[in-house]
Amino acid sequence: MSSVTLTREFTKGFLRENPVFVLLLGMCPTLGVTSSAINGLGMGLATTAVLLGSNIVIAVVKDLIPDKVRIPAFIVIIASFVTIIDLTMAAFLPPLHEQLGLFIPLIVVNCIILGRAEAFASRNTLVASAVDGLGMGLGFAFALTLLGAIREFLGAGAIFGLPVPFLFDNPILIFIMPPGAFIALGFLIAVVNTLREKAGA
Amino acid sequence: MEYLIIIISAVLVNNIVLSQFLGICPFLGVSSRVSTAVGMGAAVIFVMTLATIATWLIQHLILVPLGLAFLQTVAFILVIAGLVQLVEIVLKKVSPALYQALGVFLPLITTNCAILGVAILVVGREYNLAQGVVFAIGSSLGFLLALYIFAGIREKMDLVDIPRAMRGAPISLVTAGLLALAFGGFAGLV
Repeated sequence: MSSVTLTREFTKGFLRENPVFVLLLGMCPTLGVTSSAINGLGMGLATTAVLLGSNIVIAVVKDLIPDKVRIPAFIVIIASFVTIIDLTMAAFLPPLHEQLGLFIPLIVVNCIILGRAEAFASRNTLVASAVDGLGMGLGFAFALTLLGAIREFLGAGAIFGLPVPFLFDNPILIFIMPPGAFIALGFLIAVVNTLREKAGA
Repeated sequence: MEYLIIIISAVLVNNIVLSQFLGICPFLGVSSRVSTAVGMGAAVIFVMTLATIATWLIQHLILVPLGLAFLQTVAFILVIAGLVQLVEIVLKKVSPALYQALGVFLPLITTNCAILGVAILVVGREYNLAQGVVFAIGSSLGFLLALYIFAGIREKMDLVDIPRAMRGAPISLVTAGLLALAFGGFAGLV
């Protein structure tokens, strides 16, 4: 595959086929962990690691898996990577692991990962699958960090934990609470849709 | 009394969709009609209760005694996927009427993170089997309630002129946000 197509595979996850804004996949962690920018980034990177690992392994073993049992086989591969990430984070990043809690084991049912396995890694080469996994994962991380930053900015008056003058003393608390997640994401998708339309997508 | 508190807490106060953010995909995906919402909700009640029993037994009778608790994620997702298939096959044979009603929703449930989420929560909170089952029933009733209300609102929304940029997912999410805000009123009930 030429480097031009590889670049395209890599960048499509950020806006054109962004898993959150455009494909509306992986909504549970998107809404559940984005009460701050750092949590969103952590969740995004954990998902990227799983996606990269599972895409690589599936691209390698795809010819060994009988077609009929491919979905259960993919799920076992994905669940193994999720377990690895879960234990690694528990060992080296205990505070973040505590914050993300239930949503780390739930990466296994994140539709983005199985979706990429089924739609891309099971029919493409190792290199293309790795690039696709990395691009999609970072696109997901980008969306989560952006949403987390917006919610943290409005709801806690800070960005990445750094206080913003004025807002810090008068935060709009609702944005770091569950209803704020839905509302902020709704408006963010509306903005992205408008931008995409203007760009002639 | 203890069971009543678990149910009220799971249905209203910590609603699985609106405050725990589990099962958002079916919540947004199959909520455009009240009738499909009820079918999906019923299928979730059925599978979630069975899955919680199965995963509780596996955790306490197999994984913990053998020191394999780290395999929890892998074991649970496989059991849930297998269970959904099994339910589908048994239902088809035993009760074709029920299968007709729930059949289309069953395959979707494997990827419903609410099922795996509740199974992990039950183990994490160290519930006994009875508490776990009550919690699973409460959570799935909460799912059905949220889905039912949301579908009702969306049916009305079909008749409304929505600004272009907000059509589709954005307005659904904002509506869900307002619904979550309303459910916030239940905080402090238990």
